[in-house]
Amino acid sequence: MTRRAVSILMLSCLWAACSTAPAVQCHAATRAELSDLDALMSLLATRRHGRVEFVEQQFLAILKRPIESSGELRYDAPDRLEKHTLMPRVETMVLSGGVLTVERGGNVRIVDLHRYPQILPFIESIRATLAGDRGALERVFDVQFAGTLERWSLALLPLDPQLSRTVKQVRIDGSKDQLLRVEIRQADGDRSLMTLRTPAAP
Amino acid sequence: MNRSRMRIAALWLCCLAVASIIVARAHYVTDLSAFLPATPTPTQQLLVDQLRDGPASRLILVAIERGDAQARAQASAATANRLRRDPQFSSINNGEPVTAELDRAFLYQHRYLLSDAVNPAHFSPTGLRAAIEGTLDDLASPAGLLLKSMLPSDPTGEMLHIIDQLQRMPSPAMKDGIWVSRNGERALLVAQTAAGGSDTDAQERAIEAIRTAFAAAVQSSAASGAKALQLRLSGPGVFAVDARAKIERAAVRLSIAGSLLVVTLLFTVYRSLPALALGIAPVASGAAVGIAAVALGFGVVHGVTLGFGITLIGESVDYSIYFFVSAHGGGRSGVAAADWRRTWWPTLRLGMLTSVFGFASLLPSGFPGLAQLGLYSISGLVAAALVTRYVLPALLPSGFTIHDVTPLGMYVAKWLQPVRRLPGLTITILGLALAGASVALLHHHGATLWNRELAALSPVAVADQDYDASLRLDLGAADVRELVIISGPTLESVLIDAERSSKSLGTLVDDKVIGGFDSPANYLPSMATQAQRRNSLPEASRLRDNLSQATAELSLGADKLEPFLNDVEAARNGPIITEKDLQGTSLRTGFDSLILRHGDGWNALLPLHAASSTQGVDSARVRAALQETQPVQAQVLDLKREADTMYEGYLDEAIHLSLAGILAIVVLLLVTLRSPLRVVKILAPLLLAVLTVAAGLASIGVQLNILHLVGMLLIVAVGSNYALFFDRQSNLHDAGGEALTLASLIIANAGTVIAFGLLSFSKVPVLVALGSTVAPGAFLALLFAALLSRADPSPSQNLRA
Repeated sequence: MTRRAVSILMLSCLWAACSTAPAVQCHAATRAELSDLDALMSLLATRRHGRVEFVEQQFLAILKRPIESSGELRYDAPDRLEKHTLMPRVETMVLSGGVLTVERGGNVRIVDLHRYPQILPFIESIRATLAGDRGALERVFDVQFAGTLERWSLALLPLDPQLSRTVKQVRIDGSKDQLLRVEIRQADGDRSLMTLRTPAAP
Repeated sequence: MNRSRMRIAALWLCCLAVASIIVARAHYVTDLSAFLPATPTPTQQLLVDQLRDGPASRLILVAIERGDAQARAQASAATANRLRRDPQFSSINNGEPVTAELDRAFLYQHRYLLSDAVNPAHFSPTGLRAAIEGTLDDLASPAGLLLKSMLPSDPTGEMLHIIDQLQRMPSPAMKDGIWVSRNGERALLVAQTAAGGSDTDAQERAIEAIRTAFAAAVQSSAASGAKALQLRLSGPGVFAVDARAKIERAAVRLSIAGSLLVVTLLFTVYRSLPALALGIAPVASGAAVGIAAVALGFGVVHGVTLGFGITLIGESVDYSIYFFVSAHGGGRSGVAAADWRRTWWPTLRLGMLTSVFGFASLLPSGFPGLAQLGLYSISGLVAAALVTRYVLPALLPSGFTIHDVTPLGMYVAKWLQPVRRLPGLTITILGLALAGASVALLHHHGATLWNRELAALSPVAVADQDYDASLRLDLGAADVRELVIISGPTLESVLIDAERSSKSLGTLVDDKVIGGFDSPANYLPSMATQAQRRNSLPEASRLRDNLSQATAELSLGADKLEPFLNDVEAARNGPIITEKDLQGTSLRTGFDSLILRHGDGWNALLPLHAASSTQGVDSARVRAALQETQPVQAQVLDLKREADTMYEGYLDEAIHLSLAGILAIVVLLLVTLRSPLRVVKILAPLLLAVLTVAAGLASIGVQLNILHLVGMLLIVAVGSNYALFFDRQSNLHDAGGEALTLASLIIANAGTVIAFGLLSFSKVPVLVALGSTVAPGAFLALLFAALLSRADPSPSQNLRA
C-alpha cells in the first residue's frame, strides 16, 4: 500500500513539474548540461503559475487495457498543485502544505503526505525544482539531461534505494518551454504516461 | 449558678465536638453535581450523565501557540506521541495518522462484515460489475492508485468504503501533517481522558500530564523556535479544575481577609480580648453545626456550600455584637445581662426566625446547591443564636465590660437627624418614589433582567470562554453540542437502533442539515447486521460464476481475482466480530466513548456535527428524520439548551420559593407582632433595599442570576434584624438606649459590608454576584430602617437628653 502511495505521490509531484514550462537548450556535454540545468532552475524560479491540459494512461499488468483519464493541471508557487480530472469522473485533488485533499462526488478525502516520511524528501525535491533549487533536487535524484532545445528529455532516477524499489525512473520530455510527456516507470513493470498540452488561448 | 454555667459550657463543648467529628468525617464533593437536579427527569438524567462523564466532558482542547509553524508541528507531534502511551487518555488526536497497521489489518480482515455496502445484490453479476467498475474508476485517479495492490483481493473496494464510512466527519485544517487553527497560527490537539469529566482530581492529573509532555517536547526539541512555544488548554475538565482552584483560593483568601477585618473591627469596638474571643464563638459554632447538618441531611457536602459559608458570618457575628453592645457596651455590666435577656433576646430571636423562614424557602429546591445552602444557614443561625443566648452569658467573666460605644450611636443619630425630622408623609413619599423608580427600571429591563443560561453560574472568565469557543470553531469536528441518544436493554439492541438511525442521519448529511455524525455501529455493527452481511456472501462456486459474468467485458479479468474468492470464502465461514476483537485498535476508543452502560440498560451516543461552524444543528429536523424511519428509542439532546432549560427551571423555582419565603416572613411577623402597621414598617426598608440594589445592578448592565437572588434573600435575613431592633427600640421609650442600639447595628452592619464587600473583589463570578448584592443591600437596609424608624411614638428629640 505504501509503495502505491509513493507512486501516487510521485505523480502528484510531477504535475507540478508539468505545469511549468522549461525553455532551456540542452547539450550532451556535461559542462554545458550543468550550466543549462542552472539556467533551467533560474527560469523555473521565476515561474509563479501554470495551467495545462492532460491525458493520462496507466498501464497496469493486472488490467487488460490501460486506464485513461483526462483533465487540467494547475500550479501556484511555491507549493500548491491542483489536478482537476474531468474524465472518467470529475475529481479534484489539491496538494498544499504537504496535505493532499481529494474531492469527488461531494466526498472529501485527505491524504497526509507526512504519513510516508520516506517520500517527503522526494516531494520537497520536486518543489525545489519548481522553486529552481537545484541543490535540493540533486540530493534525491540523479538528474540527467538529454536532447536539444527543440526536443529535450529529463530523466530522474531516485538515489534512495528504498524509493527505487517502487519507482524506477521518471522521465519528462519537453520542447522549448513546453512539457510534453511525463512517464513514471514503476519497479513492478507498471507505468503511467501523462501527455500534456497548453490549452488554447480563450 | 456556677454549676449551671459549667453545665452549659460543657454541653456546648460536647455539641461542638460532635459537630466537629461529623465535619471532619463528612464527604466533600467539588464536582458540578451541586448544579444538577437531585431528582432528574429521564432527559435530565441523560444530560447529567453527559455533563458528568459523556465524551464531550472528557475532552481537553490543547493549543500550541507562538514560535514558528515548524516548531509547533514538532512539539505537537512529540507531545501527542508521549501522551498516546499514557493510559490516562483514551485518545489523543492531532491529525497525525495513528490508525496504525493494526487498525488497517483489522478493517481489511473484516471488511465484508464492516462495510455497509455488503448485501446480496452487491455480489450478483450486475452488482459485482458495478462495484468493480467503480474501483477501476478509482484506480484512474492518483489517490486511487493506493488501491492497486488491493485490487486482486478487494476488487469491490470495500476497504476504501469502510475508511470513508469512518471519516464522515468534518476535519480541522491541516498543515505540516498536524491540525492547525484556520489562520494556521496554533497547532491543535484534542485529548480525551479515560476518566469522566466530573472526576476533577483525574482531570487535574491529566492536565498535569499534558503540561509535562509538552515541557518534555520543548526541552528535547532541536527547533530554534521551540523555546518560545506556549501551551494553552481548554475544555470542561480544564474549567472544572481551574474553577475549583479559583474557588478554593478565593474562599481561603477571602475568609482570611474577611476574618482579619472583622476581628480588627470588633477589637476596635470592644477593646477587650475576651470579648473578641467570645464574639467568635457563635460564628464558629454556627459554621460547625451548619456543615454537620448538611453532612447528615444530604450525605455529601458540596464545595459550593462551604464557599458560601461566609454568608453565615454576615449574620451570626451580628448576634454577639448585639449581645455585647446592648448588654455591656453602655459602660454598664452585670445586671445588664438579665436585662438584655428580657428586652432584646425576643427581638433577636424573632430576627433569627425571620432569617430561618427566609432560608427555609430554599430547602425544597431541586437544586442541591440551594437546598444545602438553606439547611446550612438555618442550622448555623439557630446554633449561633442559641450560643449567644445561653453560652455567652455563661462564659462571661463577672464584671465584664466592653468599651462604651454610645458616642458612636449619638454621632450617627445626629447625622441622621435632618432626614429623620422630615414629616412622615415626606419620607413615605420619598420611599415610594424610590421604590417606584426601581420597579420601573427593573420592568424596563424585562426579559433581559435575569440571565437564564447555566453559563451565568460558570466560574470561568468570559475571556476563557471566548478562547474555548474559538478553539472549538477551529476544531469543528471535535465540538459536540447535539447528541442522539439511543437507549435499550442490551448492547445489541442499541446497536441495531443506532444502525437504523444512521440511515436517517445519512440523508440529513446529504441534505447538509448536519455536517456529519458518529455512531458506535461504525466501529462495531450489530451482530444481526454482521450476520446479514455474512449471509449475503455467495458460496465459492456461485461467486466464481457471478464474477466471470461480471468481468466478461471489463479490463480486469476474473483470473486475476483468486485472492478475492478466497477472502470472501474465509469471511463466509469466519466468526462475527465482538467487542473483544476491537481490543488493541483505535476503534476500541471510538466505540467505548459512544457506548454507555448504566444500571439495567445501554445507551448508544451518536454525536452530531454542525454543517458549518457558524450555524447550529436544527434539532427539530433531526427529530423529524429519526421519527420517519422506525420507532426507535432515540432522543435528540442539545446539551447547552437542556442545561439552560434546567437552570431556568431552578431560577424560576428559586424566585417562587423566595416569594413564598417572604410571605412566610410576613405571616411570622404578623402573628408575633400582631400589628400590620409595624410589619409594614419593618418590611418596607428591606424591600426598598432589595429593589434599589436590584435596580442598581440592572442599571450598570449586570444580568441577575440565581446567586443575586440568594443575595437578596440574605439582605432580607440580615436587614430584618436591623428593622426589628429599631422597632423594638421605638417601643421601649428608652432614649439613651437608642444610641446604643444604633451603635450595635452600625458595627454589625460594618462587619457584614466588609465580609460581603470582599466577595465582590474575588475573581469568581458567583461570589461577585453574592457580594455585590449583599454589601450595598445590607448597608441600604440599615440606612432605610434607621430613616424610617423616626416616625415612631418616641420623639427623637429626646436623644439630646
